[in-house]
Amino acid sequence: MSQPILNVRGLVKRFGGLLATDHVDITVNPGEIHALIGPNGAGKTTLISQLMGELKPNEGTIEIDGRTVDGMPTARRVSLGLARTFQITCLLPDYTVRDNVAIAVQIRQGHSFRFWGDVRRENALAEEASTYLGTVGLDGRADELVANLSHGEQKQLELAVALATKPRLLLLDEPMAGLGHVESQQMIEILSGLRSQVSMLLVEHDMEAVFALADRISVLVYGRVIATGTVDEIRDNPEVRTAYLGEGDELC
Amino acid sequence: METSLKRPALLISVVIALIALPLIADATGYTALMSLATRVLIYGIAAASLNFVLGYGGMVSFGHAAFFGIGGYVVGILYQHYSLGEPLLGFIPGTNQLLITVPAAIVVSGLMAAVIGALSLRTGGVQFIMITLAFAQMLFFLFVSLKTYGGDDGLIIRRANELPGLNMRDKQTVYYVCLAITALFFVILWRIVNSRFGNVIVGLRQSEKRMAAIGLPAYRYKLMAFVISGMGCGLAGALMANFLRFASPDMLHWTKSGELMVMVILGGVGTLFGPLIGAAVFIVLETLLASWTENWQLGLGLILLFVVLYTQGGVQALGARLFGRRA
Repeated sequence: MSQPILNVRGLVKRFGGLLATDHVDITVNPGEIHALIGPNGAGKTTLISQLMGELKPNEGTIEIDGRTVDGMPTARRVSLGLARTFQITCLLPDYTVRDNVAIAVQIRQGHSFRFWGDVRRENALAEEASTYLGTVGLDGRADELVANLSHGEQKQLELAVALATKPRLLLLDEPMAGLGHVESQQMIEILSGLRSQVSMLLVEHDMEAVFALADRISVLVYGRVIATGTVDEIRDNPEVRTAYLGEGDELC
Repeated sequence: METSLKRPALLISVVIALIALPLIADATGYTALMSLATRVLIYGIAAASLNFVLGYGGMVSFGHAAFFGIGGYVVGILYQHYSLGEPLLGFIPGTNQLLITVPAAIVVSGLMAAVIGALSLRTGGVQFIMITLAFAQMLFFLFVSLKTYGGDDGLIIRRANELPGLNMRDKQTVYYVCLAITALFFVILWRIVNSRFGNVIVGLRQSEKRMAAIGLPAYRYKLMAFVISGMGCGLAGALMANFLRFASPDMLHWTKSGELMVMVILGGVGTLFGPLIGAAVFIVLETLLASWTENWQLGLGLILLFVVLYTQGGVQALGARLFGRRA
């Protein structure tokens, strides 16, 4: 098998006495959607924050495409092809939908020490932003202010902004959380359409989405990965059933 | 469509009014108007510079008087060495040429902003406010104790800097020079605000977390914004020293930082011309209220309270709403 795009070994994060990440090993292979599931408080978002370099792990090492990124600031990791979406949407509220994506394109293109030209008149930026908005189905809302978007649209915009950085690995932090059934279906379709372009680490509670999308699933409980395997393996794993699926055996 | 035409029209009429102002002052015999207007322009530059980090960038600096004062002292110190005929530090000749002193003031205050910013920007929030305040106070006490340059009493600049072909002893000429520099300053600021650089600065104010997640190394951009802002305040300080023919530690005092902040808030945080309007309101109010009572700050405080509580965005926003409603 080719080298994994993400390789995490022995990652540990402590908050005081709490072990939020407990010797986590996880890999994502190129072209793969690897789902990470687990009950609330299992440390899924903490793990993503450590992968992005927003939080510093106490132990362990993270490799992106064979390159160790420990100690690297977030901006460098993004330039190596890492991008995330936020569970609680984190967008630029005073900007329009298009501007939110265009600024990501601008930053990807390199430094922003340009003081004279009007950025709103750079058609290339706006056009590229429009293609990402098209991918997530927001092209009709490009001139709307972010503050006026519905929750579902904000989730879609999160994805468009992440895509604008041209990532090789997308870290998706509960992209379906708070979405209605129709919106969830739409998001599953979008993500499944992106499968060929980008590998994903998908943190999600929506089991329907996970089973529809994931190539492999890891189960995180109390900061520890208790099982990793294909969809069927995880579904039939008794330990996982008691720890996580439990009584919620029925799918949605 | 209507508003897009209204704004330039308003801007042009304000510029015409400012150009005609000395004639009006002469005609009405109210000559103090011109010195009032000059101060408004100069403080407008300083407040707009502060607003670039405070309003656009979300970095609440409480030490911008430092750069204002440094700009003033650069003019004052260069003038003192010019009049005494002995070079500064033994090798920098003094000068009274505006074309040298003003750029020098901008460069020196920019360098100071780079040093202060590099240290302060490692923090954020309240710590940032306190550290910028602390640096400004350190510089204040430095200049108070610098007996060579007047110490407590400040530096008297016997004559305003010279500009080839112009008579800078004439108040009207000084006003027009300040007006031209102000216009140039606002054109540059307008371009920067709308540039790629301005785009990331405004983005940083809205969400630093988001900007990091799309790959922006925030520190260097914030530092650059801080330096630009310091340079603008240095420019204003240099003009003020020329206008008052005086540079003193008062220019660096923390109350001056506070005044600049009040101007920004009065006029409209995060708007291009808000701080200039704020400076005008502040100085006119100061003059009017001070002619009635010694405790003019009380009146100003009440008005500031009203503006903050009820205008939602300063005098500029209030004007826009009244104007918009009528139209």
